[in-house]
Amino acid sequence: MTDSVPFFVAVASGMIRCATPVLLASVGECLTQRSGVMNLGLEGIMLAGALVAVVVSYFTQNVLLAILAALLVGLVIGFVHGVICIRLQANQVAAGIAMTILLGGITAFFGVNFVGKSIATISAVKIPVLGDIPIVGTIFFNQDPLVYLCYFIVPVVYWLINRTSFGLSLRAVGEDPRAAAAAGIDVQRVRYLCTMLGASLAALGGAYLALVYAQGWVENITAGRGWIAVGLVMFAAWNPWKALIGAYLFGLAISLQLRLQAAGSDVSPYLLGMLPYFLVITAMALSSIMARRKSQSHPAALGIPYAEQT
Amino acid sequence: MQNKPRIMAARFFLRALLVAIYWVAFCSAVHAADNKPLKVGFIYTGSATDWGWNNAHDLGRQYLESTKRGSVITTRAENIPENSDCERVMEKMVAQGNKVIFATSYGFLEPALRVAKRHPDVRFMHCGRLVPAGSKNVGSYFCSDYYEYLYAAGITAAKMTKSNKIGYVGGHPIPALVWCINAFTLGARSVNPKATVHVVWTNSWEDPALEAEAARGLIERGCDVLLSTLNTSLTVCKVAEKAKVYSIGTNFDLHTLVPSGWLTGQSWNWGPLYVKVVESIQNNTWKPDNLRYGLADGYVVLAPFGKAVPKAVQAQALDAIEKLKQHKRAVFAPPLKDRDGAVRLVKGEPIDTAWLEKMNWFVPGVEGNLPKK
Repeated sequence: MTDSVPFFVAVASGMIRCATPVLLASVGECLTQRSGVMNLGLEGIMLAGALVAVVVSYFTQNVLLAILAALLVGLVIGFVHGVICIRLQANQVAAGIAMTILLGGITAFFGVNFVGKSIATISAVKIPVLGDIPIVGTIFFNQDPLVYLCYFIVPVVYWLINRTSFGLSLRAVGEDPRAAAAAGIDVQRVRYLCTMLGASLAALGGAYLALVYAQGWVENITAGRGWIAVGLVMFAAWNPWKALIGAYLFGLAISLQLRLQAAGSDVSPYLLGMLPYFLVITAMALSSIMARRKSQSHPAALGIPYAEQT
Repeated sequence: MQNKPRIMAARFFLRALLVAIYWVAFCSAVHAADNKPLKVGFIYTGSATDWGWNNAHDLGRQYLESTKRGSVITTRAENIPENSDCERVMEKMVAQGNKVIFATSYGFLEPALRVAKRHPDVRFMHCGRLVPAGSKNVGSYFCSDYYEYLYAAGITAAKMTKSNKIGYVGGHPIPALVWCINAFTLGARSVNPKATVHVVWTNSWEDPALEAEAARGLIERGCDVLLSTLNTSLTVCKVAEKAKVYSIGTNFDLHTLVPSGWLTGQSWNWGPLYVKVVESIQNNTWKPDNLRYGLADGYVVLAPFGKAVPKAVQAQALDAIEKLKQHKRAVFAPPLKDRDGAVRLVKGEPIDTAWLEKMNWFVPGVEGNLPKK
């Protein structure tokens, strides 16, 4: 057996790829939910992001435009979810699920024409100096540009939520919108903004699936990753860093189980297939038990529409 | 009080609408009774346009509808999970007046058997597995011998590989995939004894990201030809194409989408079979049989060779198929041992569907786990 890459390096590098789409979506959802809006439409938004990325990439053969288009579509869907949940004050759970079903159908309908079409895809780009570091360089800095973007997004979102005045507003809006409004914060505007940003990150996650993985459109390309992202947010106690840990655990388990199989391991593929979900649930359950001691819980106004007092 | 005339007008309008609906329904019922086209339903586990297994069945459905225009009406249900949901869909199809239902996936057999008991006047045809004896209105159809094309594909792969490692991505470890892997490996080892086939299961018929990562994992292990049995081989082929390794497709001809690395593949031609089955129902000669067909019947076909395959290799693969068709050669020939050394086929033992369906072992040369039941 002469492997081109050592086993654990291949596993770790696969982990990063597997985690990225889920991570993007769940970090975005952290932001959305911290402002008090629940968006269960991630699965559908990822599908929409993936399809739009494929369509734009097919017509322009330009991945940058494809990514921008996916982000834009995310913003638009986030806005629609905002209109339904923030302005019209509909039930957020029902609206999110309806959005997923609707977008699942729409993408399947329009996606048919794009199955198998040859599109511009994203390849790995080695970062000059960092990429030459043995092991670490191969794992972290020999990836595609969207992964590098992901390295920035998590700290930026964390910083945005916890260290900026906008973050203070959005946390206030998510905990007690009435008090926030009394303090002069435009509750609805903050919630719109967070919902739209969160949705556009989910759409970016979808674009990743299409442009890096499947290299084209396949119906139901997400295969449940949007739901995993929603689950990660809750178990990660609305903290982007914990969502990162959760997403990487999920990615690690997938990458590991596939490579164990490829290496001819004698463990049942059923057990291995269970690994990603088992690891994530265990780790997150442990972390939420620990978090409860520090009395961290969900944003108090999560899922509750806010009616402006007139 | 001033609302009252409006309410009455609304009531009148609703009644008129109801009468109109009844009238249309009545007329269409009378119309239907005149022609009595046979209604045929198709149930797919994935999308009808997946460039794979379900797509192949849907092409068959379209062929049936266009060939028997006027006497057959088809409907289809896509993305139906292999659980009790499937029963609900079958019940709905029966309620809509479908008299024949094609259940095209491995896990649709049990639901079909249950629904069939409740509706003795509806015929069910299941694709893949053997229907247990005693069922009056459930039959099955398949070309179990499709593994003979995979034997030829194995020859092609083993001639083209430089690393002698071939990767396989499979959905679920069911017998139909196991005998396909075994036939492929036997074909490969018949021309290149050093060839090994490395198996990875995704535990899903459709999860493109997982399939892509599995393919990458195999390429990292040094595999330079990838084969897959999933709803569609498209994702694995695309990953292979990008990594500049060869690929082989199953269930659907993808050679136009994988221009440089495509070697060959196996695809289906269900249309003529669907016409045959439906005609047998229309002239009352249908029986609840397990219909099994071979290569000569033409319901399973070899996909075109890719331009990467030299003529000599193509000739060798085609020659093997010709010999298999003429029974001058057998894929599974006694004495056949599994990779642990146990004898699995002795002289005189028939290689029938029952024997194939019990296959839960790998031949020498296959690497990877096979879960035991």
